[in-house]
Amino acid sequence: MRINWIGIPAALILLMIPSLSAAQDSVENLTPTDDTVSEVVTEDAAAEETETQPVAGEPLLETDPGLDIPGMITVQDKPNNAGNQLVVTFEPAVNPEGIHCYNVYRRVIGEESEDTWNLVKVIPADEPSEFIDGYDPEYPIEPGILYEYKIASVSLEDAEYFGPVYGATVAAEGEWFHTDKVRLLIAASLFILLIFYYFGRAQRGAKMYLRPIAGIEAIDEAIGRATEMGKPILYVPGISTISDVATIASLTILGRVARKIAEYQTRIIVPNYDPIVYTVAEEVVKQAYLEAGRPDSYDQDSVFFLTQSQFAYVAGVNGIMMRDRPATNFYLGMFYAESLILAETGSLSGAIQIAGTDAVTQLPFFITTCDYTLIGEELYAASAYLGHEPKQIGAVKGQDACKAIVMSLITLALVLGILDLVANTHTLDWLRNLVTVSIVE
Amino acid sequence: MKRTVPLMIVMVGGILMMVQYFIPHQYSQVILDNYVEWAPIVGAFALILGVGSLTRLHTHKIRRKAKNWQYSWAVLIPLFGMPFFALIVPQSLGGGSEVHGVHDFLFMHIQVPIQSTMFSLLAFYIASAAFRAFRAKSALATILLLAAVIVMLGQVPIGDVLGKWLPNTGLWILRYPNLAAKRAIMLGVGFGMLATNLKIIFGVERNWLGGAGK
Repeated sequence: MRINWIGIPAALILLMIPSLSAAQDSVENLTPTDDTVSEVVTEDAAAEETETQPVAGEPLLETDPGLDIPGMITVQDKPNNAGNQLVVTFEPAVNPEGIHCYNVYRRVIGEESEDTWNLVKVIPADEPSEFIDGYDPEYPIEPGILYEYKIASVSLEDAEYFGPVYGATVAAEGEWFHTDKVRLLIAASLFILLIFYYFGRAQRGAKMYLRPIAGIEAIDEAIGRATEMGKPILYVPGISTISDVATIASLTILGRVARKIAEYQTRIIVPNYDPIVYTVAEEVVKQAYLEAGRPDSYDQDSVFFLTQSQFAYVAGVNGIMMRDRPATNFYLGMFYAESLILAETGSLSGAIQIAGTDAVTQLPFFITTCDYTLIGEELYAASAYLGHEPKQIGAVKGQDACKAIVMSLITLALVLGILDLVANTHTLDWLRNLVTVSIVE
Repeated sequence: MKRTVPLMIVMVGGILMMVQYFIPHQYSQVILDNYVEWAPIVGAFALILGVGSLTRLHTHKIRRKAKNWQYSWAVLIPLFGMPFFALIVPQSLGGGSEVHGVHDFLFMHIQVPIQSTMFSLLAFYIASAAFRAFRAKSALATILLLAAVIVMLGQVPIGDVLGKWLPNTGLWILRYPNLAAKRAIMLGVGFGMLATNLKIIFGVERNWLGGAGK
């Protein structure tokens, strides 16, 4: 299947532009402004003061002369969500004396029975009188439904004094575009275009230089060593699932490594932590042997599932290392606390070790104990280095171009920031705002 | 067909998920929820294959009397023994996965202590790895050693006693040079992920398809 690599993203971007502007228009209509703040309807103008059934024997009214009640409730649609949240604000009681907390009740407008009121929030008296309704999965907010609220001041004795019932005039609505992600969309589109540009250049035959990575160049040497010693090679594809990009990168490297192993007629051992990863790894190794012209050498028992328990997996792999004494160990993929236990045991067994992970916290352990370590992005680039396919190399160059842009921006911001500091002005606040991306849920 | 259909599924699914990320609407969430719900279903079927693989490997070893074949019994007996007690043996005979059953006893008194033991090995391995890493063989290694000593002393009460500068310097090392390096790696990882995802979505990278990828 031949694909026009430049055409696809270009068409996608073109398709996205009108839908994006339409989405933004609709968001503008939906985004609550001061005007759209619900004009609450007072169903019961007089304050409704209700007490819960006093516990038998407790002279409730004597000890509790009554509490001030909360005032007006305003309801707004919370922007940028699936239409399942409302922002509820109320005026707390003017006289907070004796109020322990506020109980917020909600029901659908039109329901008459008192049983239909649901307690959706308990707010301590000293906390802000605004909350987001819809977090409790037991009482979800449905999009397009109008709700009414009533809030009670609660005394220490649990007596409730209800304020008026307010019906919201706005319902929760889902939005078609997340306005907080505009900058992210622009940056992602730019980087995707860059990567596709380099895909295209590579496809047209442009020569591209890739700096050598010691860990990748050592792979051949490590396989050769195992062949000479007549010992197996252990390949650990990490302990994450197939949805982890590091695992996929590891499996692509496994294909290249297994092919070389098949050519050298060496034994490979691939213990797997995840059953889906196991099924993919088995196919990858089988195919590598087929490509190498050695399908008969493929050992069905070389790729196997071990366990989905983290430390049981470590125990199993360590056992293989100490019993079979592999000459070369590969640890490529996502690792957690087991990384050091694996790598130290491998080091004790005398194997040459090549590791690669994008888990920043595990990198120091691998660097300390392994002969070569692929740091972060090198794991993703390894497949291109081993395969030497133009499009793969183009992707690596695209990544480098993206990094160059970010590095330039950081350097520019650094210089301008220092100048701003020296001049003691705030003229560059716009730049900070431009590159600041809010944390999006 | 064997190649095109999976590639099309990945391409459509990948683009859909990319677009979905920017759409918070309820319809978009329904699509995401469906995708998320599918994953464990596929995983459950794959687990059957996984257990089959482990059983096959060890029965081969036992049948062939391969080296260390006795250990294979230590895998197969618990592999089938635990579910046997949890699912087949009646509760009156100590079965079931409830507390005080045989399954619970084996889990709490064998599996949990063994796993804790494995985890505790980490402390000793960290000590030996630190010893190896902090040998002042060169100027850079010496800087690493000094930084490590300052950070470690800064984290414990004695550092505070030795001088206020120690925890402050340790904190500075963690907050600035260390964090800058971590962020640089994470930035590269982010771009690497982006490029890898694009390669998979648009069929440049096909190794994950195994036999169907060629």
